[in-house]
Amino acid sequence: MKDKNYKNIKIPVIILMLFCFLILSCDDKKSDGNETHKVSALKNSSKKPEKTNEYAVEAPPFSDGIFPCTDCHKSFPPNPVKRELVKWHDDISAIFNHDKENRWCLDCHDVNNRDSLKLASGKLLDFKESYKLCGQCHGEKLRDWKVGVHGKRTGEWNGKREYLLCVHCHNPHSPKFKELKPEPPPMRQIDIK
Amino acid sequence: MKKENSRRIFLKNLSLATFSALALSGCNMKKVDEFLQKNFRTLTKKEVDDLIKNLVIEYKEKYHKDFHLSAKPALEETLFGYALDLSRCIGCRRCVYACVKENNQSRNPQIHWIQVLQMEKEKGIDFAYSTVQYNPETVPDKDHFYVPIGCQQCRNPQCIKVCPAKATWQEPDGIVVIDYNWCIGCRYCMAACPYGARHFNWGEPNVPAEEINTEMHYLGNRPRMKGVVEKCTFCVQRTREGKYPACVEICPVGARKFGNLLDPESEVRYILANKRVLVLKQELNTQPKFYYFFGI
Repeated sequence: MKDKNYKNIKIPVIILMLFCFLILSCDDKKSDGNETHKVSALKNSSKKPEKTNEYAVEAPPFSDGIFPCTDCHKSFPPNPVKRELVKWHDDISAIFNHDKENRWCLDCHDVNNRDSLKLASGKLLDFKESYKLCGQCHGEKLRDWKVGVHGKRTGEWNGKREYLLCVHCHNPHSPKFKELKPEPPPMRQIDIK
Repeated sequence: MKKENSRRIFLKNLSLATFSALALSGCNMKKVDEFLQKNFRTLTKKEVDDLIKNLVIEYKEKYHKDFHLSAKPALEETLFGYALDLSRCIGCRRCVYACVKENNQSRNPQIHWIQVLQMEKEKGIDFAYSTVQYNPETVPDKDHFYVPIGCQQCRNPQCIKVCPAKATWQEPDGIVVIDYNWCIGCRYCMAACPYGARHFNWGEPNVPAEEINTEMHYLGNRPRMKGVVEKCTFCVQRTREGKYPACVEICPVGARKFGNLLDPESEVRYILANKRVLVLKQELNTQPKFYYFFGI
């Protein structure tokens, strides 16, 4: 009879002890249950930034010392005859691969104003707006680029979006993407110690 | 005759229980607090603030850097979506390592949230003929194309359904997150995920102090513990601040697109309206918010 009583007491006492311990350790928390942390209820950050449709483009990526072109070209008389350049700009001749058969320098560069680009219509274009020149042929790419689908976007997804010009990624004289060395493959599971 | 229950045994047990209780409470109050911490979703604002304050101190002790740990809730009228241009991806794995760096994934043992699968053009998207171990001199490799796979941020996520601890859930902006303190490490979610997007910390995660990203979110890239599951959170610490995810910003070919699916002006919505789009394993009805498309 006595033994049985102990058996009945032992478990509740241990539970009581643990319970006391729990209360003691929770004491400093003091949770006030009515103010639950509702994720959607916190409105501190719901200001919607204004939409901007401007194309925030970086300056065109010129090689060092190449611009303005007139620095050199003012001393040469313009020669509008189509030919392969060998003495000057031979580095561009070497890589030029952008409809080479049908086009050459003065299809995009202006013969009289070397600091400008030229549309097919003859309209002069600043180098900062070169995407319009590319868009003459690559219309659907220009359309996609304007909405941020072609090319890389950085900045903010709901605010100021930063664009790159076509020529930041594609060399205008040889626009095909160059191959890249890949980063190392992931470790195989059997090699993970 | 042997007595099963005596006063002696009772007293012995009593003292043992008292002793262990004392030992537990005496050893490290912080550990005990952490053990008794409630699920993140049920914490009050004050509790979250205290928690973050303590964690920042703890991280500073460990990494000797000042951390910014955010618990910023979802933005209103926002449902994040992602689109990846399969016609552009060249499989260079820049995104994999940008993600590792941004999200403080363990370097050793190695954890990658993004897997880039190389597939054969002849076979199409067929996982049976894919590999993550490709390593040619240069990419893209002839006759192959690449499908990077991370968390697909499903609208109907199987991983959260199977979690016995309710340690993972979908936020109002559509991001599936994990409360690492509540994860019990059962890995049911990893079994449930059809994309292999969840990763388990088999060992103590190891991130060098000089490489750790100090911009953190509680539900995102804060340091994890051994024995918990982790996954892509669309860079919750960046995207809730208005920034693009790290993988979007690093991609050298601009194949990765991110935006608000509720905003008709967003690039993701434009892609859904104008491009040929697919989701992976559509037949499983997971309804991913991660779309693959052909930009050309």
